[in-house]
Amino acid sequence: MTDEVTDAAAARRATIRDALGLGVAVGLYGAAFGAAAVAAGLDAWQACALSLLMFTGASQFALVGVLGAGGGALAAVGSAVLLGTRNTIYGVRLVPLLQPARGLRRLGTAHLVIDESTALALAAPDRANARLAFTLGGGSIFLGWNVTTLLGALGADALTGPWLAALDAVVPAAFLALLWPRLQRTWAEPAAQRRVALGGAVVALALTPVVPAGVQVIAAVAAVALAGGWRR
Amino acid sequence: MSATWIAVLAGCLGCYLLKLAGLSVPAAWVEHPVVRRVVDFVPAALLAALVAVQAATSGSDLVVDGRLAALAVAALALALRAPFVVVLLLAGATGAGIHLLG
Repeated sequence: MTDEVTDAAAARRATIRDALGLGVAVGLYGAAFGAAAVAAGLDAWQACALSLLMFTGASQFALVGVLGAGGGALAAVGSAVLLGTRNTIYGVRLVPLLQPARGLRRLGTAHLVIDESTALALAAPDRANARLAFTLGGGSIFLGWNVTTLLGALGADALTGPWLAALDAVVPAAFLALLWPRLQRTWAEPAAQRRVALGGAVVALALTPVVPAGVQVIAAVAAVALAGGWRR
Repeated sequence: MSATWIAVLAGCLGCYLLKLAGLSVPAAWVEHPVVRRVVDFVPAALLAALVAVQAATSGSDLVVDGRLAALAVAALALALRAPFVVVLLLAGATGAGIHLLG
């Protein structure tokens, strides 16, 4: 066996290991989503429908977060869709790597375009591994995310007292964990990201007593945008 | 159909179409500077607003309770580069602990 073949096999094994590992890791996060959805007043069917059909974690958390805060359907959908715009950019970056076929295959590929599958594909050493990482990673995350959403949703009904308090505390921490990488030096324009984040939080809190529940989130985004979030 | 189901299904459709658009529209549309700024900065404003609302409000009231302490613990864990799952577990344990003490 030549070194080249050995290297190719090693790269393939590493791709498979990373892809499957991520499926298990985000699966645990899925349980938190299922429980948070039920705590926010959705039923287990609705929690599972979101994980099956929306399948993009931040948007799912945003939708149930706004509904749970008493917000209306429009504010909830607006938050979810605004966060979902990331996936459009990911798709554009993935087209040259994956060269997705037209028709039904493309419809299936589109559903797997999320943070994690994009990161796996972009990190792969070549195009064949990128496709493998995207499909296997996206597929294993889809499986893990949906199974654990169901378990979390069913489990949440049994939660009382301190367990419910734990869940209440997990949801804001989950949003903070999603936000955190954007505020670090490794992200483009971290200082501007921090100002935008602080602005969003302050405006949302300031509006909470005066606007209908859930609206303050969308209003905060609009206010920060108008204040010059993307001037320059 | 309930308002919740409408929100769930409309949100799913919107998010799916955004994914499909990335694979289907010309790259130049999405690389437009205004679109890029929205995608770069809207998530930070939105996620921070959600952190604040989920941690420090109840209905239309601002409240300070175990959630805020749990958020501080989560921030500390993130600063120490703890894995995602550890951050959530520590936050949950803090929330539960304060509930038991209170």
